[in-house]
Amino acid sequence: MSLHPHQSSPNPVPLAQTLGVLAILILALAMPFLLDKIGLDYYLGSLTKMMIYGIAACSLNLILGYAGLVSFGHAAYMGIGAYAVGILISQGQVNAWVDISFSVLLCAFLALLMGFICLRTKGVYFIMITLAFAQMLYYLSNSIKAFGGDEGLSIKSRLDFGIQLSQKSDVHLYFLVLIFLILSLYLIHRIMNSKFGQVIKAIKDDDVRVDSIGIHAFKYKLAIFVIAGALGGLAGALMVNQQKYVSPNLLHWTQSGTLMVMVILGGVGTLSGGLWGALLLLTLESVISEYTLHWQFFVGWILLAVILMAPKGLASFSALWSARSKGRDQVPKVKTIKP
Amino acid sequence: MSGILILEQALNGLQFGLMLFLLASGLTLVFGIMDMINLAHGALYMIGAFLTAWLVQLTQSFFLSVFLAVILTSIFGMLLEKTLLKSLYARDHMSQVLATFALILILNESVKMIWGTDLPLSSPDYLSGPIEIIPGLMYSSYRLVIIATGLLIALFLYLVVTRTKMGAWVRAGASNREMALAMGINIDILFTAVFGLGAALCAVAGAMLAPLLAVQVGMGENILILAFVVIVIGGIGSVWGAFVGSLLVGCVDTMGRSLLPFMFREFLPPQWAGAAGPAVASILVYVLMAGVLFVRPQGLFNQRT
Repeated sequence: MSLHPHQSSPNPVPLAQTLGVLAILILALAMPFLLDKIGLDYYLGSLTKMMIYGIAACSLNLILGYAGLVSFGHAAYMGIGAYAVGILISQGQVNAWVDISFSVLLCAFLALLMGFICLRTKGVYFIMITLAFAQMLYYLSNSIKAFGGDEGLSIKSRLDFGIQLSQKSDVHLYFLVLIFLILSLYLIHRIMNSKFGQVIKAIKDDDVRVDSIGIHAFKYKLAIFVIAGALGGLAGALMVNQQKYVSPNLLHWTQSGTLMVMVILGGVGTLSGGLWGALLLLTLESVISEYTLHWQFFVGWILLAVILMAPKGLASFSALWSARSKGRDQVPKVKTIKP
Repeated sequence: MSGILILEQALNGLQFGLMLFLLASGLTLVFGIMDMINLAHGALYMIGAFLTAWLVQLTQSFFLSVFLAVILTSIFGMLLEKTLLKSLYARDHMSQVLATFALILILNESVKMIWGTDLPLSSPDYLSGPIEIIPGLMYSSYRLVIIATGLLIALFLYLVVTRTKMGAWVRAGASNREMALAMGINIDILFTAVFGLGAALCAVAGAMLAPLLAVQVGMGENILILAFVVIVIGGIGSVWGAFVGSLLVGCVDTMGRSLLPFMFREFLPPQWAGAAGPAVASILVYVLMAGVLFVRPQGLFNQRT
């Protein structure tokens, strides 16, 4: 490749990365059988939950990481997506495709409305306003008695996906969530490598300049806000199936904070950062809570240490590693490229 | 629905709004001068309330406890600023949000470890009875004390900000930080002082509101978000904006919750009114915020130049 620099694709995917993704994929596919073999199939549910949070955190990373808009209200989409499916199921509509499409579209519409107001502001204002709107929906979900009020809704059955899937099987749900996760990541990957994605990255650097070269930054911001909201709704819709329960707690502002924590732990502005952050944080939570009731105390300190010392989360380690390996490769490369 | 009821609810709104102002004024100055978003501001409010409840058990005197709690919280706030928050000024907003979010987890859990999830605290006996302020209106004397305290502190803040050297620094910092720096203002001392003042105001609000609400872990976050709404409405860095915003939010929230169900019953069939009243009341403040933002995205009284 180094001999023909002009013919290589703009973003060549290194072999090691392809192999890594394949290995993770195979591991993910084999996970239910592995857990079953070693008698830990109880943890399959937790793993499913982690992947659902992964989808939500990756969608938040779209606005937070790629577009640089610090949205503190992402739990709203997860919660509304979950409520939409929960309410539809309790009304007897269990067709998965109808319900999931409805909740995704509803969240996209909600994001459009909220984005239209929130994106007029910047910086600290934007943080506070997204937080306030999410909190508004939290109070709303608390106060509507028809949807369970502060007690939430219990869901009797999972969604019916039409294809041969048994309703109760946790393994089937795991694979379904895995498929949705892969599709979401692929979608985000395609979006961020498109022209649209280039504009989004440029907006993060300087949206005034983007405006001044004739690209209406607001429209792009709104579009990415809507996409992220829709994916958040998808995560919520899946969450109902995992928990069989919706409550206002899904919309609580600490949930938005948790999603942000996942993003920063995994790596801001990286494709799979949200997923790794979700895996790391939820594992950390469940491990520490085995030992102490006050797990939040320790999670808080760990989080503080990460933010102060490794602001890019896990990505700062992988960046370190890739910088070192790149450094190794690049020395001879420079020599061979010489004309 | 009578005039007396409306007046009573307006007083409740004023009382809540003034306490909200104590939180929001500190928060808006921290935002305005240091360009720092501090989620842990609500935790200081909680610590003030817990310290008061704890000190009342020791000293048996409500106002002495409030006084001591305010001083202790202020010292704690300044220590927090000196040790941790200071290193966040140069960071981006997201790091500030997450670091102070982590701080909330730590402080909430620490309070839980020291005092448990809640502490009892009631207003002093001699203020527990209502008094008749105008014929036909009996009003809680403790709430009147809160209103008086709030108004006095607001006046004090107004004098500090407009008449003192530190106030001039604060105004300079809020309107243009770089320029204030260039003019040789000692920002280290200013930042710590503002933070200590903010923490003290938080503690006053926490201590005064605690007998009416409840002293419990997590009390800080609910009111913090309302304080955010206040700042968004009032404009960052403006104490006057925080004052107007607080009274607006306090009155709209309190009166909405108590009067809307009555109004809905007049116009709507009862089964609708019962459901819609609380739902609409719970989001009224946010609708107000959205409305203000739509007209003025920078808030009503923005200080930034």
